[in-house]
Amino acid sequence: MANKIPRVHAREQDAKKRITNFDEVCYGYSADEAMLEASRCLNCKNPRCINDCPVNIDIPGFILQIAKNSFAKAAEIVAQYSSLPAVCGRVCPQETQCEGSCILGVKNEPVAIGKLERFIADWARENNLNFLDKSPCNGKRIAVIGSGPAGLTCAYDLAKIGYEVTVFEALHETGGVLAYGIPEFRLPKKTVVAHEIENLKKIGAQIETNIIIGRTLTVDQLLDEEKFDAVFIGTGAGLPKFMNIKGENLNGVMSANEFLTRANLMKAFDRNYDTPIYAGKKAVVVGGGNVAMDAARTALRLGSDVTVVYRRTEVELPARREEVIHAKEEGINFNMLTNPVEIIEDEKGWVKAIRCVRCKLGEPDSSGRRSPVVIPDSEFDIETDVVIMALGTSPNPLISSTTKGLQINKHKCIMVDDHGQTSRAGVFAGGDVTTGAATVILAMGAGRKAAKAIDKYLNQV
Amino acid sequence: MYKIETKKNIAENIFRMDVVAPYIAKSALPGQFVIVRTHEHGERIPLTICDFDKNKGIVTLVIQVLGASSKKICEINQGECISDITGPLGNPSEFINFSDEQLNSKKFLFIAGGLGSAPVYPQVKWLSIHNVKPDVIIGAKTGNMMIFENEMKPFAENVFPATDDGSYGFKGLVTDMLEDLIINQKKKYDEIIAIGPMIMMKFVSLATKKHGLKTTVSLNSIMVDGTGMCGACRVNVGGKIKFTCVDGPEFDGHLVDFDEALRRQIMYKNHEQQANCKCM
Repeated sequence: MANKIPRVHAREQDAKKRITNFDEVCYGYSADEAMLEASRCLNCKNPRCINDCPVNIDIPGFILQIAKNSFAKAAEIVAQYSSLPAVCGRVCPQETQCEGSCILGVKNEPVAIGKLERFIADWARENNLNFLDKSPCNGKRIAVIGSGPAGLTCAYDLAKIGYEVTVFEALHETGGVLAYGIPEFRLPKKTVVAHEIENLKKIGAQIETNIIIGRTLTVDQLLDEEKFDAVFIGTGAGLPKFMNIKGENLNGVMSANEFLTRANLMKAFDRNYDTPIYAGKKAVVVGGGNVAMDAARTALRLGSDVTVVYRRTEVELPARREEVIHAKEEGINFNMLTNPVEIIEDEKGWVKAIRCVRCKLGEPDSSGRRSPVVIPDSEFDIETDVVIMALGTSPNPLISSTTKGLQINKHKCIMVDDHGQTSRAGVFAGGDVTTGAATVILAMGAGRKAAKAIDKYLNQV
Repeated sequence: MYKIETKKNIAENIFRMDVVAPYIAKSALPGQFVIVRTHEHGERIPLTICDFDKNKGIVTLVIQVLGASSKKICEINQGECISDITGPLGNPSEFINFSDEQLNSKKFLFIAGGLGSAPVYPQVKWLSIHNVKPDVIIGAKTGNMMIFENEMKPFAENVFPATDDGSYGFKGLVTDMLEDLIINQKKKYDEIIAIGPMIMMKFVSLATKKHGLKTTVSLNSIMVDGTGMCGACRVNVGGKIKFTCVDGPEFDGHLVDFDEALRRQIMYKNHEQQANCKCM
């Protein structure tokens, strides 16, 4: 019986070694390992995994091809649904999506769908297999704002069907959160991310870096002066949140965005790069999401003794399961049911400690998670040099505040209909800028949906 | 890549560079800044915009050699390129939204300290084009460090040079010059705009508060992206946390917590000297 085979564990860099470098933690499957793991799939009649994939990849379909050693066929199936499989295979929260509903997971471990997706995407890249066929140019011009997962996908899909696409990126580097947010040890930039950008260029899209829409040019200028026929806004959720507690402006307190941007975008961990970074001897990371794990593990690699504080319990940690496991293996301390109330300064205005309270779980809140309730008189201090706030992000208002007739909601997210159409004709949006911080795959799905809507819109005009 | 069209050494360790950046030149307004990355391994550094020419597509920057990164920019020769320049960032100066009546009803005094003359220049020029001639104090340590005095003259009513050592113009700090203008020369001003080192802006703000004069300062906080993403540039203004890059860079000088801003400026100074937190 196929399901008697235990889940094939992907080889990883040893924890002791990997905390001294920024190389990728997981090595991924070999071909034999992938075929063995693929053979575990029951190829269910009613595959629940497909429904739980935000872009509905034919998961049993591509896994069957891997099991049959038809890797090119498997890659082709994945490519029909996803333009970023090498990314999603690495960063999707599979345990709450495809793998979460895998029937094998009821009694045993689910099929390692993420690792198989990664395998097939890496295999296709390493074997120079791409799916870059495109329709002849239709002469219509699309401006895509932001080169993160949403923008890349929208640009790719539109370029493929003949649109002349220009991607505008505010930073000097393309990739959005894939470049500035997710660390090298989880998502290699030169191989995986750069390859996606190269594919986009190969299919004919132009990329303009260092152009900040809302400052360098406005959406109105793109439509009226630069003569674009439609605009897609995929600018993500880039503004960091702070707690508004005492001491948050002390030296040594920073947002995870700042810390990770220094490390990932500016490569501050590498002594050949000029950008400074400071992780202290001890660092406390506040938060429990992927960004908190990324910040904690980055600080650890820079030589800091790192503690994560989170106000709920491990069960509620929003981070990917694999990241939490990796963080623990690497020696990150977790202080659960703990919430900061104040940051204490030394005589020079630097962080000396973070004052926290203990919490217990109360009734579920609107998100369905049990909300933390502070235990009275439970204050205690954790000594630290650095505090990194990883509390989530919200969309940047630069575009919404400089574009006529673009409606936003109370969370500053751009409002769209089910197809990504904004309140302004010819202007579409998708990804974190419409939802608030979410996942790569949801952003990718939104970019894809908007590409279809843009095509439909321009065929009606 | 962005070409340095011309480069001039305008004072000791201070360079003026015209960079070819048509999109920025087209949309820049007084009060805004850019972020420059000189090369692949370089930092992103915020620099004030000193001038812009929409027709030629040129943005003028003025840079002083202070640390490792500013030294690297200044080592780039005329005709060579910098990797990246982006902007214009930040909000334009408040007065560009004033009506003609509002502009005409106000007497502006600019106080430029050191490199602060560079960002003051486009503001003075803009006002002059709109038929308002402000007064300008230009402060420098010593005479040969004074920049933009001659450039400023055609656009200003009066330019008052002041040097710490008295080698040129008034002997004393810009705050001494300010007191002299208000108390001894009985000058009347409605708005003060002070741009220079953080410590200078602190003391100008203290002085103008005493005289009840509205004062705007332009902060030069540490930042990485310049678009609101990193929050490194956060500053306490009237008890509220603001980001210099997107909420500023100009703020009410009487509300800025300068002591905190001064302390935050040295966040990475010590670590730069301590050979850094580097992994590889």
